[in-house]
Amino acid sequence: MSSVTKETISYDAQAETSSLPMGPAAAAILAGGIGSAWYGLMVLLSEASKGFGNLLNFYKPVGPLSGKTIVGVAGFLLVWLVLGNLWKGKDVKLNRVWPIALALIIVGLVFTFPPFFELFAE
Amino acid sequence: MSVSVRDAWTLIHGMTFGALFLLAYAGGIAELISLRYEDVNSPSAAQRVKRLKLGTTVMAAVAWLTVITGTWIPYVWYRAKVPTSPRSFLLSDPATAGWHKFGMEWKEHVAWLAPILATVVAYLVYYFGRRLVREEKIRQVAMVMYNLAFVTAAVAGLFGALITKAAPIK
Repeated sequence: MSSVTKETISYDAQAETSSLPMGPAAAAILAGGIGSAWYGLMVLLSEASKGFGNLLNFYKPVGPLSGKTIVGVAGFLLVWLVLGNLWKGKDVKLNRVWPIALALIIVGLVFTFPPFFELFAE
Repeated sequence: MSVSVRDAWTLIHGMTFGALFLLAYAGGIAELISLRYEDVNSPSAAQRVKRLKLGTTVMAAVAWLTVITGTWIPYVWYRAKVPTSPRSFLLSDPATAGWHKFGMEWKEHVAWLAPILATVVAYLVYYFGRRLVREEKIRQVAMVMYNLAFVTAAVAGLFGALITKAAPIK
């Protein structure tokens, strides 16, 4: 009984520790970056243009934040879906994707910082 | 000692979800860091990954719940176009206007980055599972994104607490 259990554990460990293609992981990471920057851009554009802000006013009690967040999150999910399909089963170099994703996350952080987006306020 | 509906939602958004978020973050980051000392085939690695899956899932889920409830419930009361709303109150005096123009404007926007980043981390943990022990680069990426998710949420939480003190939702 115990030797069967040991074999089972060894087989499970092997199955769980063999290499996986990096594509899906890279897709998620890059989507996180693009999503952050895209959402930041929605914030920036709505501050820069009252017209754009009004376009994003999906629900009046919440104001333009309703549209910024819905469009921002939708962009993140859409990019993830597209990249996930493009890179499924493929080996993508993480060393290329991560610096780009990180830079885009920083863009998102900067674009959502009031002293920055108020520079463009209409 | 009564708690209004508005008080209740503010508490749920800030303290309940906030506390859960902090707990999930603390557990998740501890497990991520300690994975580097594991043997990929050891039972303890499997246990760590199991806890990591729980921690990252809870953190991502709670982050989404926090921003969604915050934006669609207390924020509506905060920004109501009446003189007694917290927004109107804060903007009525130059001495307190900064709480809205900087504090609230930053909080309401930066917070939404937290669930995006936390979700990516949770996905990486599920995708790699025990292989995370060997994938050092992925662990590093996950830790950076996890910490950024925490920082953005912490900024939002801090300003939320301070603004609520300056101008509570009534």
